[in-house]
Amino acid sequence: MTATNPQTGDSKTGTKVMTMLEAINDAMRVEMRNDDRVVVFGEDVGKKGGVFGTTMGLHEEFGDGRCFDTPLSECGILGTGVGMAVYGMRPIAEIQFLDFIYPGFDQIVSEAAKMRYRSGGEYTCPMVIRSPYGGGIRGGHYHSQSSEAYFCHTPGLKVVIPSTPADAKGLLISSIRDEDPVMFLEPKAIYRHAKDEVPLGEHTVDLGTARIAREGTDVTVLCYGAMVPVCEKAADLAREEHGRSVEIVDLRTLVPLDERTILESVKKTGRVVVVYEAPKTGGFGGELSAIIAEKAIEYMEGPIVRVAGFDTPFPYALEHLYMPDPKRVAAGIEKTFVW
Amino acid sequence: MTQELVTILGKDGKAQKGKDPNLPPEELKRLYKLMCATRALDDRGLALQRQGRIGFYLQSTGQEASHLGCAYALKDSDWLFPAYRQPGILLLRDIPYEKIIAEWFGNSGDTSKGRQMPVHYSFRQANFVSISSPIGTQLSQAAGAGMAAKARGDDTVFMTFCGDGGTSSNDFHCGLNFAGVYKAPVVFVCENNGWAISVPNDQQTASESMAIKADAYGMPGVRVDGNDILAVYRVTKEAVERARRGDGPTLIETVTYRIASHSSSDDADRYRDKKEFEAWKKKDPIARFQRYLKHKKLWSEDFEKECVEGSRDEIAAAVKVAEAMPPVGPETMFEDVYMAQTQQLKDQKKYLHDLVQKGGVGAEVGHFPL
Repeated sequence: MTATNPQTGDSKTGTKVMTMLEAINDAMRVEMRNDDRVVVFGEDVGKKGGVFGTTMGLHEEFGDGRCFDTPLSECGILGTGVGMAVYGMRPIAEIQFLDFIYPGFDQIVSEAAKMRYRSGGEYTCPMVIRSPYGGGIRGGHYHSQSSEAYFCHTPGLKVVIPSTPADAKGLLISSIRDEDPVMFLEPKAIYRHAKDEVPLGEHTVDLGTARIAREGTDVTVLCYGAMVPVCEKAADLAREEHGRSVEIVDLRTLVPLDERTILESVKKTGRVVVVYEAPKTGGFGGELSAIIAEKAIEYMEGPIVRVAGFDTPFPYALEHLYMPDPKRVAAGIEKTFVW
Repeated sequence: MTQELVTILGKDGKAQKGKDPNLPPEELKRLYKLMCATRALDDRGLALQRQGRIGFYLQSTGQEASHLGCAYALKDSDWLFPAYRQPGILLLRDIPYEKIIAEWFGNSGDTSKGRQMPVHYSFRQANFVSISSPIGTQLSQAAGAGMAAKARGDDTVFMTFCGDGGTSSNDFHCGLNFAGVYKAPVVFVCENNGWAISVPNDQQTASESMAIKADAYGMPGVRVDGNDILAVYRVTKEAVERARRGDGPTLIETVTYRIASHSSSDDADRYRDKKEFEAWKKKDPIARFQRYLKHKKLWSEDFEKECVEGSRDEIAAAVKVAEAMPPVGPETMFEDVYMAQTQQLKDQKKYLHDLVQKGGVGAEVGHFPL
């Protein structure tokens, strides 16, 4: 294994340019080599290497015992994952699309999330549930949803969403090592888009630490996952068209949430736009807005603005208008200046 | 008993003695034409996807006998809760090509208004209930619809489909369990095409067959050669009659093969043995039925031309019509969420309208990668 700087993604040596897909694959390979308790399973993760290729080569290297295909049952995947974790393994359960997770919802919210609490700490469930989420790939209702809010509303679960290849690797390794169940949601729209220097070998990013994706002084944009690059383009537009200096905070983990970084940024800029692609009502952005209203209202110089998906099921033909895009986010940014 | 594979059509094109359902000649020819048309529709769907004109396609090639043979045993008033590999049923129930193809384009010609990915049809006029991507969900719904019809005293029969992968779903268990308990008039069809994307039968279940699972739910299970349309029709007809009589549900396993990859985004060569594929290709259900028609002296070159080229021409014309339909308007996104729009939806519709008026909005959308 290559020796690298384990804490930061900015190491100039011992890095390789990877897509997010490759970084996720690399994270699992590293941890499977490190720790024989780590197993990966789900639909089509074996020989095929996953429908997106995130588990490519793992079956070949680690064999049937540690990377295997399951029958077509999310409930089965998640229930057996809970059992493995309770028994002392470090299971990584892959759900092919987040939209397909609901038959196993009970095993997540009633079982994995509550095992530690209900047993008074006697039993724990250190499993990672990996699943691609989000729109932008012409996948229609059932290959596009962004349902992170359900999981954020379940005490006992951690919810992690990376936006860069290096973070995807570092956050995934941290998630595998975490003692609690983690929903690791992968922004599939940018699986292959953003390439980035990714540290080789061990690389961790602490859960609960947000990242300042871009520094700015006039307005804060809070976002995560596939919305981060959209917000970066929106920030460019806001600068070009209105001279705005936009600070972008990439949350990286929704639970636990790095409130300190959020509040520091918002107090500095006095303006905030919260961006998420999930339906607006009941989305995680509502929680962020409430935290700012409770803890930093006296610093605000404009309304807290949400730019989100609409309160409709995910549409197929009109996806391009459903998804927040740079123009829409830029319009949201301007709204914080005019009121 | 459940292990017996019911077959009627022999290699020589002859039906086994005493088992031929003896359908009238014009009906046999109609079935053959439907099979050819289903294949032609499938070929065109994949071609359009490859040309980048539609976003996705999912083939049913090789499974024409399986789903057409089943649905042919129903009355038009009977209902279907389909999975996503039974497009021939739409042709059997006289849905025009333009309507089917407009769904692929997801434009204003699509009866479901561009809401779903290609091949996720919904046609109320054909009692064909909206298809979902999540696996198996339709199985318990069919059981419930059957319970409702029984309670109302209707004689409707409900047919629902899943694949071999679907037998692992939660809903396979509860659907069959409920239908068994309430003696619902349902015919469950498991089209066992050997593969759930990349997962073969022996990794899907440790049961000897899918049909044998019926035993656990207190209903008959029948295993039939899914590439033999006469056998499929015959066993299904019995199951439909049984359901209509009030004797409850049946599970039919049609043993067939997924000739194509899972979908336009999959490449089966990465995980599937070529020899297995080649062996099944020789068992083509259309060629097999053609031999029977030849034996019965119902087939001719002209008839073949009518079935294959005739269908292709009609489909080509329908593609032109369907593709030319205008896109769905942005305001349609907010319709059908509820019967009446909530205030929030009205506000969001206006917000989007204003953004679109100003111009320049529209997210980048990639290609479906599965």
